[in-house]
Order: sequence, then C-alpha cells, then structure tokens
Amino acid sequence: MSQETLQVFIDGVVNYFQHTNDKDVKVGTPYLVENNNPAAYDVTGIIGISGPYRGCVYFTAPRILLKHLLLSIGEMDTSNEHIFDLVGEVANTISGNARSRFGHEFMISVPVMIEGAPNQIHLPSRMRSYVIPVYWKAYHAAVVICLEQ
Amino acid sequence: MLSLMIVDDSNIIRRKIERCNDSDKFRVVASAANGAEALDLFKQTRPQVVTMDLTMPEMDGIACIQQLMAMDSNLRILVISALSDKATGIEALKKGARGFLCKPFTDDQLLEALTELTDD
Repeated sequence: MSQETLQVFIDGVVNYFQHTNDKDVKVGTPYLVENNNPAAYDVTGIIGISGPYRGCVYFTAPRILLKHLLLSIGEMDTSNEHIFDLVGEVANTISGNARSRFGHEFMISVPVMIEGAPNQIHLPSRMRSYVIPVYWKAYHAAVVICLEQ
Repeated sequence: MLSLMIVDDSNIIRRKIERCNDSDKFRVVASAANGAEALDLFKQTRPQVVTMDLTMPEMDGIACIQQLMAMDSNLRILVISALSDKATGIEALKKGARGFLCKPFTDDQLLEALTELTDD
C-alpha cells in the first residue's frame, strides 16, 4: 500500500476529530501487523470495502474515548447504544471520505460494530494490515486498513 | 416554519440534526433510520424538507430520494453523507436532491446548508 493511500485515511481521521469540540488530535506513524493478531480496543466499527480495493477499514477505540467523543460532538447520552453507533459512524465517515480520492467505485458497506477481544475480528490471514495510531486527549485509538488492489 | 424529516441510520446523527434545528425555522416532524422507514413516515407526515443519508441498510438514500421525488416533486432534499466523491453528489442531484453536505459537519455548516436549500 502506498504512502499516498495511507495518507487518505490519515487525513480522514484528522478531519473527523477537527469537527468536534476537542480538535487536537495526533496521528502516529503507521505500522504493519499480521492479521492473526489484529489491533483492537474495547469497541470497533468495521466497514467492508469492495471495488478496485477489497478488504476492510476499521476504527477501534476504548469505551472511555468514545464516551468523551460523544460529549465532544454535543451528545450527552453516553449509553452503550450510542457508543456503538459512534464507533460505526467514525469508521463510515473515514471510509466514505476516502471516495474523494478513490472515486465512487470505492464501495463501502454499512458499518458492523463489535465489542471485545481482538480474536472476534476475522481478517484474511494471507494479508497484513496497516495500523494508524490515533492520540486524542489522553487516549489511544487506531484506524486499521486491510486492503488489497 | 418548515416541516423537516431526518433520515439517517445513525441515531446520534439524527439527534445532532434535531439539536441544530432548535430554531423557529424548522420543525422536525419525523425521524427515520433507513429509506423504507422514511417512505412510510413521509406518507404520514408530508414534510417540506428532508435531510437524507446515503449509506443505509434496507433502502439506501439514492433509491429513497427517487421514490420521495415521485411522490412530491417540490420536496427539498439535503443529502448529508460521508460519500465525498463528485459522482455520488451529481447522482443525488440528478435524482432530485437540492443540496449536499459532507460528513463530518459542524452545526453552522448544517444550518447554512439548510438555509441555502430553503431560500432558493
């Protein structure tokens, strides 16, 4: 995957947080992981990708980050339902925004949200994923890109 | 005051749009989580303005716009979507939408887009 492709998703996550009330987000250096050991925090929103690129993009974050993020977008109800809704919406927004670079053939699914251990995220074992670390407030999260062309 | 229906599969986005419209210009009369639900609620409430997400389960936004416009060609639809490519925006406009706001958006951007939609 090219640096240019990764930059599209880095720009997407920065753009998302810059539309909240706490805009100061930092993105770390992306790194590769084996798909038998996927990166995951408490809650994950996964978007399936089809078209010229195939695979998935997911946003994964600890519950406490998502609670603060809800407050930061003006949502005072930090219930579990809204935490799941938000993690899916972040994943959807980052993936959807990528179409400005990849075009309308970059097809995205509706989000699937999961909670719990990393072993619940099933990724193709023959591929590796790029992890983009995200630092917001005192919390860590990640955008993970598993795509093949 | 204009009646407004919000269509988005995210409850937090629906609630955000509702909060933004806490003014004397729009009155939210319906809120739907997908295109099929939107069609049912449209028949019951006949809103003048609709905000429409595109990526939704059961019936997506483009198909819903087409069916809503067949029922009311004067309907003013603002698409609010993360799909930021030009082709998608053009397709929505061809189906009858009058405006396009890309997610993520601020309260000010939403109010500006709704005002442009209803002032023309």
